[in-house]
Amino acid sequence: MSEIHTESTLSSFTKHLRQTEISLPVALIEKSLNDLNGQSFPTRRNEAWKYTRLAKLSKLSPTASRHRASVSFNAYAVHSTGNRIVLENGEINLDATRFETTTGLTIKRFSECNTEELQQVGNLLPLENELFNSMNTAYLQEGILIQVADKAQIEVPLELIHLLSAQESAANIRVFIHVGKFAKASLTIGAWALGANQSILNAVTEIHVSEGAHFTLQKIQAEEEGNFQICTEEVLQEKDSTFTMHTITLNGSLVRNNVRVRVNGANCETNLYGAYLLKGAQHTDNHTVIDHMMPHCLSNELYKGVIDDQATAVFNGKVFVRKDAQKINAFQSNGNVLMSDTASVNSKPELEIYADDVKCSHGSTTGQLDEEAVFYLQSRGVSERSARNLLVEAFIGEVLDKNDNQDFIAKTNAILYERFGWER
Amino acid sequence: MITIKNLHASIDGKEILKGLNLEVPAGQVHAIMGPNGAGKSTLASVLAGREDYEVTEGSVDFDGTDLLELSTEDRAREGMFLAFQYPVEIPGVSNVNFLRTALNEIREYRGQEAISAKDFMSMVREKSALVELDAKLASRSVNEGFSGGEKKRNEIFQMAMLEPKLAILDETDSGLDIDALRIVANGVNKLRSEKNATIVITHYQRLLDYIVPDVVHVLYNGRIVKSGPKELALELEEKGYDWIKAEQEAH
Repeated sequence: MSEIHTESTLSSFTKHLRQTEISLPVALIEKSLNDLNGQSFPTRRNEAWKYTRLAKLSKLSPTASRHRASVSFNAYAVHSTGNRIVLENGEINLDATRFETTTGLTIKRFSECNTEELQQVGNLLPLENELFNSMNTAYLQEGILIQVADKAQIEVPLELIHLLSAQESAANIRVFIHVGKFAKASLTIGAWALGANQSILNAVTEIHVSEGAHFTLQKIQAEEEGNFQICTEEVLQEKDSTFTMHTITLNGSLVRNNVRVRVNGANCETNLYGAYLLKGAQHTDNHTVIDHMMPHCLSNELYKGVIDDQATAVFNGKVFVRKDAQKINAFQSNGNVLMSDTASVNSKPELEIYADDVKCSHGSTTGQLDEEAVFYLQSRGVSERSARNLLVEAFIGEVLDKNDNQDFIAKTNAILYERFGWER
Repeated sequence: MITIKNLHASIDGKEILKGLNLEVPAGQVHAIMGPNGAGKSTLASVLAGREDYEVTEGSVDFDGTDLLELSTEDRAREGMFLAFQYPVEIPGVSNVNFLRTALNEIREYRGQEAISAKDFMSMVREKSALVELDAKLASRSVNEGFSGGEKKRNEIFQMAMLEPKLAILDETDSGLDIDALRIVANGVNKLRSEKNATIVITHYQRLLDYIVPDVVHVLYNGRIVKSGPKELALELEEKGYDWIKAEQEAH
């Protein structure tokens, strides 16, 4: 029975969505429409979706909403100054968006880009069997192009805020970032919801980090429960570059993060840090791929989660070390603390190594809080609740401390205080 | 300070304490000695409120409060302190951070205002000096990577910070060399006053050369079977526990 149902779900899911009006290369749009044609949502028999059920999502028929919530975006912003791009239900909210003239930084909507600029879009992104990437292409509502000039050092904050504020709506958004040679920049992305329910954010970010460039992407995912987020980052690194990403997941019914970093140059550094703090019936799935194609590179991956109530988490971390990628140091670690008997996690580290002179390690741990430590703290007068908070905070703090941006730390701490009563 | 009457406690259905009676008045130090398995650590655990143990009979009056009715944290807030035999390592939780939390929760319980950051830090400096604990250790993760002696000194440092009415030292001397033992004992002695009391649980008489007890009790088979002045410890050291066992079996 369920099979018959899933066969038709994609057309029912997309029936209210309109084909993109953005002048992406025609071939790209055609390809994505072809890929979608006759497809259905991946089931759990698909290895990449084994532990993440899309059944609830597949029953929806979302629309592209033009709703505007009356809200001050300062409440969501991580940075109080700098460039701020606000996307509400997948469309730019120009009233809340502000561009500051920043030397070496170009920010454009795709609708303002010329053909040559748009030719870059989609080049990094696989479409085949990547349903959400195809959807993001075919039904793209808004695209943002960010270009950092060679040697530019961007210190002014750059922030993108997603807000879902409508019922059963879909937001398909693409961001394309080109970081020029020896440039340095960072981008903050916050995903929020206000009064939204059964809505989905399908965000794709393509990032090209040129030779000698440094780029940091830091994300806070805090949509209200009841909403879905598919978040895809496709990253290409050229030689001598550094790419660092922080993903802090604090809310959302279903959050799927697909990260792929192709390290296509020697002497690169790649850092992926993730923290997820889940309760209720939330589900978070972090799928990461680091593909070392060239020698003398370093990658660090640290994901940690605290899972309470009936929440579930998935971590799947793939590291490829290709045949010619000698002298690679690749470290991966995933740790989980289950706070209740009904919380669960599926953690799967995968290393595929084809070179012979490499140093790689991976580890995965899942456990409960150390009850002896809880007792020890209580015996000093600390309440059980505070004791557990201290221990959880210490556990997840290892990841949070990897970020040194004061605005980002302050915002994360504020949410942690609000949601969990933690004082960091 | 504390009056224990006919205390029975068991773990996993096995009775360990079998009608223990003990009274420790304010201003005194009492030592509890006894062979392995007598129930020494069980007594410490039960008094601190460890949940693995079930109290089946008896009462514990702690300075006018029914101790057994209180949660572990409330016992601490009422002024009880247990120095652990095996202090727990807690990675990522800084010593001073958790002590400030503890101190402020205790103060809140007692209707006092939170301690200021400045007063707290000067207190940390003063009390860590008392047990010659490096100020750097005081701010590191709780017991993580500490040597055995450092862990025990950290216990006494915490005790000094929390200023308990009753301190229970559970085998605090075990594994310490003579220098560390002297430092720990010195710290304990400096904290002694007319208003507080100390229970020293130990297997060895050696510690009692440094922390001189007012009364020595012998715990055997879940009960206090003998009490006497500090010389009793020397007698036990000399004769061993077989003498006690033989005496008990003769009864």
